[in-house]
Amino acid sequence: MLRSMGIFALTLIFSLPLGLLISFGRMSKNRLLRTITKIYISVMRGTPLMLQLLVVYFGPYYLFGMKIGGGYRFTAIIIGFSLNYAAYFAEIYRAGIESMPVGQYEAAQVLGYGKISCFFRIIFPQVVKRILPSVTNEVITLVKDTSLSFSLAYAEMFTIAKQIAASQTTFMPFVVAAVFYYVFNLVVAVVMEQIEKRLNYYQ
Amino acid sequence: MKLLEMNHIKKQFDNLEVIHDISLSVSEGEILSIIGPSGSGKSTLLRCATMLEQIDGGEILYMGEKTAWVAKDGKRFYPKGEQARKIHACFGLVFQNFNLFPHFSVIKNITDAPITIQKRPKAEVCAEARELLRKMGLADKENAYPCQLSGGQCQRVAIARALALHPKILFFDEPTSALDPELTGEVLKVIKSLAETHITMVIVTHEMAFAREISDRVIFMDKGVVALEGSPDEVFDADHARIREFLGKFGQYGSSRQ
Repeated sequence: MLRSMGIFALTLIFSLPLGLLISFGRMSKNRLLRTITKIYISVMRGTPLMLQLLVVYFGPYYLFGMKIGGGYRFTAIIIGFSLNYAAYFAEIYRAGIESMPVGQYEAAQVLGYGKISCFFRIIFPQVVKRILPSVTNEVITLVKDTSLSFSLAYAEMFTIAKQIAASQTTFMPFVVAAVFYYVFNLVVAVVMEQIEKRLNYYQ
Repeated sequence: MKLLEMNHIKKQFDNLEVIHDISLSVSEGEILSIIGPSGSGKSTLLRCATMLEQIDGGEILYMGEKTAWVAKDGKRFYPKGEQARKIHACFGLVFQNFNLFPHFSVIKNITDAPITIQKRPKAEVCAEARELLRKMGLADKENAYPCQLSGGQCQRVAIARALALHPKILFFDEPTSALDPELTGEVLKVIKSLAETHITMVIVTHEMAFAREISDRVIFMDKGVVALEGSPDEVFDADHARIREFLGKFGQYGSSRQ
């Protein structure tokens, strides 16, 4: 269970900022950068996460002949999840940023805010409020997606549940796993709702 | 001293030229109103002066210093970095639809830029903001959020926000066009009280009686050119076919609204 939670937490820590960076690239004036990020998002969203995990794990060996050990397994999972989720978050950020009325930028510009302070003081806090429901969706999906780490034989909770179920021919581990995912997501949903409520002080 | 000079300004959107060769200047302490039909380029001119739009021809001078211009080869020059900040500190702009920051309280809307951009001491800025709110008749609203205020109150906060940066010249872009007549009255009253402090103002407005009463000089724009310019009496009483037709649509220019 701790391992599943570890994947979950680390993926969020890396993919949320990375997604913001990618969304900047996606909205950049530079055409090359825009095209590259567009292709990146397209590939990440267009191929299965399980396959991406395999590529990240076995890629270094097949492409560069690097030796990979068991210690790399967890790192590979975090890299794979973060790269994948960052692509989804990037599109969510983009939707939020592009939905901001141009008047907010103009008011900030006239008041003397530079581009960076305008973004972080004026635009981004409002974007967070707008995108929170979509982010909640992704975060909930992430909780369930942690079970995909079985593809790299990483013994997170669901992998262990399957092993126990197979060895003892009992259905119970699956029930326990289901309850774990459900409770985890319930907590996620409650936390996100609290954050939404706290941001409800303005329209 | 001329605070603002705009010489031979041209502006086009795609291939539609909305401002053809306009020149104007604003002296210190002067109140200039710009009137004219919708689509005549008034707001665009104001947006060019505040650098929200980039000009396609001509030059803009603040305090006699060349600030933005278009060279003969069509290349635009706009101030950057420190210089841009210096120029932006010279003027304030009040928008038609306020553009307050909804996630900031009233007092934060006013104090955020002076504290974080101009790096002035917080206590001094807050004291000054409270004084501004008091003058705007909003002393009890400092902790409210924009969504809790009426349009007229929002616009008064927006005026306070602009004033908090100590601009030398204050631009108003149709400050009452989004408000009903009652709320319009309270905002106009505030602008009139500012006029008594002799701050330099450029006001784009459809409030004819107000423009006539408050202005030192009036510009009547039509189809992207200055059709008429002069003292309020000279412009409003001019025997000029286009302005007679325009003012005629307001019934009597004495009544500010139809």
